[in-house]
Amino acid sequence: MEKRVVFRSAWLPFALLAPQIAVTVIFFFWPAAAALWYAFQIQDAFGLATEFAGISNFAELFHDSNYLASIRITAVFSLLVASVGIVVSLILATMADRVVRGALAYKTLLIWPYAVAPAVAGVLWAFMFAPSIGIVTYAMRKYLGIHWNWLLEGDQAMLLVVMAATWKQISYNFLFFLAGLQSIPRSLIEAAAIDGAGPARRFWSVVFPLLSPTTFFLLVVNVVYAFFDTFGIIDATTQGGPGGATQILVYKVYYDGVKAADLGGSSAQSAVLMVIVIALTVIQFRFVERKVQY
Amino acid sequence: MPGMVENRPWLTVLAHAILIAGVCLVAFPLYITFVASTLTLEQIVQVPMPLVPGDQLFENYSRALTAGSERGAHAPVGRMMFNSFVMAMSIAFGKIAISIIASFAIVYFRFPLRNFFFWMIFVTLMLPVEVRIIPTYKVAADLHMLDTYVGLTLPLIASATATFLFRQFFMTIPDELAEAARMDGAGPLRFFWDVVLPLSKTSIAALFVIQFIYGWNQYLWPLLVTTQESMYTTVIGIKRMITSGDQLTEWNLVMATAILAMLPPAAVVILMQRWFVRGLVETEK
Repeated sequence: MEKRVVFRSAWLPFALLAPQIAVTVIFFFWPAAAALWYAFQIQDAFGLATEFAGISNFAELFHDSNYLASIRITAVFSLLVASVGIVVSLILATMADRVVRGALAYKTLLIWPYAVAPAVAGVLWAFMFAPSIGIVTYAMRKYLGIHWNWLLEGDQAMLLVVMAATWKQISYNFLFFLAGLQSIPRSLIEAAAIDGAGPARRFWSVVFPLLSPTTFFLLVVNVVYAFFDTFGIIDATTQGGPGGATQILVYKVYYDGVKAADLGGSSAQSAVLMVIVIALTVIQFRFVERKVQY
Repeated sequence: MPGMVENRPWLTVLAHAILIAGVCLVAFPLYITFVASTLTLEQIVQVPMPLVPGDQLFENYSRALTAGSERGAHAPVGRMMFNSFVMAMSIAFGKIAISIIASFAIVYFRFPLRNFFFWMIFVTLMLPVEVRIIPTYKVAADLHMLDTYVGLTLPLIASATATFLFRQFFMTIPDELAEAARMDGAGPLRFFWDVVLPLSKTSIAALFVIQFIYGWNQYLWPLLVTTQESMYTTVIGIKRMITSGDQLTEWNLVMATAILAMLPPAAVVILMQRWFVRGLVETEK
């Protein structure tokens, strides 16, 4: 799409673009290029000299059992966050689409967690599940006989970060499902009802197929969220522990680069992550045309 | 309204029951946080903590705001709230400002390398700060931006999503308006100021909500570029108040700070709900 009517000026468009392009070059392209450059360099123990290392940083990475474990953990984490979040939000949105009374109140009460910072969400959940003082920990010990200590148990730590991450994302999924549901023509549902389809049958054979573009879109968005936006949750709760059980890829880039000062290794990980983001963005944009209709 | 299709009262009751359960589940962490922010530390660490609010609300919040916790980082939260506010506002307005003029240039002018610039902005979608942590930090350090507001905000204000949103919106502005402006002898800047900007109000409001929340909730970047407590934002301040070991942390103050950290963005979402929903949906298009 192009505008038919345009203005003419030799310098004005460049001046208008300059601030955006300057910030992009200085803080996006230059650092990204530097990350790629470092990924192929090796640094001596004192950080004084670097030399070209070919793909050795990458080779090392994919032979490192910690890194392979981190890939596995990220996959488990993002799939759990995406699937649990999507299922819970779809149920809530379907119900909210059904009720007439109080629909706006429910919507308001369900969307506010979007405003909570991931790190703050992490603090809230870590507090409720704190091994010694947490109120939920106490209830589980007293009524279910479960001893909860995510500082020691890897699976429990994973469950905690999944809960915190999903909780924060439900509002987002809910809004998109609700918009999707509200855009389905009522006549379709009525026609199915006249043909004798009950509510469950109507949902699975009419509503759900029509929501599949929304669902796929949300799947991609949720995976991106779990990959990159959950850094704050991890850092505020488990810090990747115990024993690396919740060390997702983004956290490992930070840990290896900032805390362990392994520039080459961390940059190689950055490069791998860039490839992942590019793949996810391409999937998202190829699909964008067939997305939700409003 | 499926209720019109047929009358099944038990389904409506079930729908309300599920929604109420959902609302309670979503609100439970908030309720516990609020209760803890009104108790004394002794009440919290005495397991189980009370489930009804105590009488320390004023005490905890005023201590958090003016003094902060004495353990871990001990900066007053009032100062952190100010830093968060400056950061959120600068990012929101900065992003809107540089994106709206960039989109205007791309839509209303023909010039060499136009597509190249557009793709350059597009590609930034693929480079979140998380994947280029150390080099970006180095750039900020080399430019002497550590522990400054410019360092907190400038690297985060380039936004492909905002540029797209404005571009898409500008494409829907009728060509007749630009034509009329040209016939009247108005230059591009006059047209931008008198026609495009007023028409963009709704898009600006929608973007503002999303970007304010984005800016307020930043974590990794302020964690890297701030070292002085006077430059901490609220979100990283909370984390710094938590010392290792459940018993040592002043949880009453941490929880009061958590409520304070949630209030501004939650208020923006709830008070500007219409624009929030619009912004969310449009920035993802």
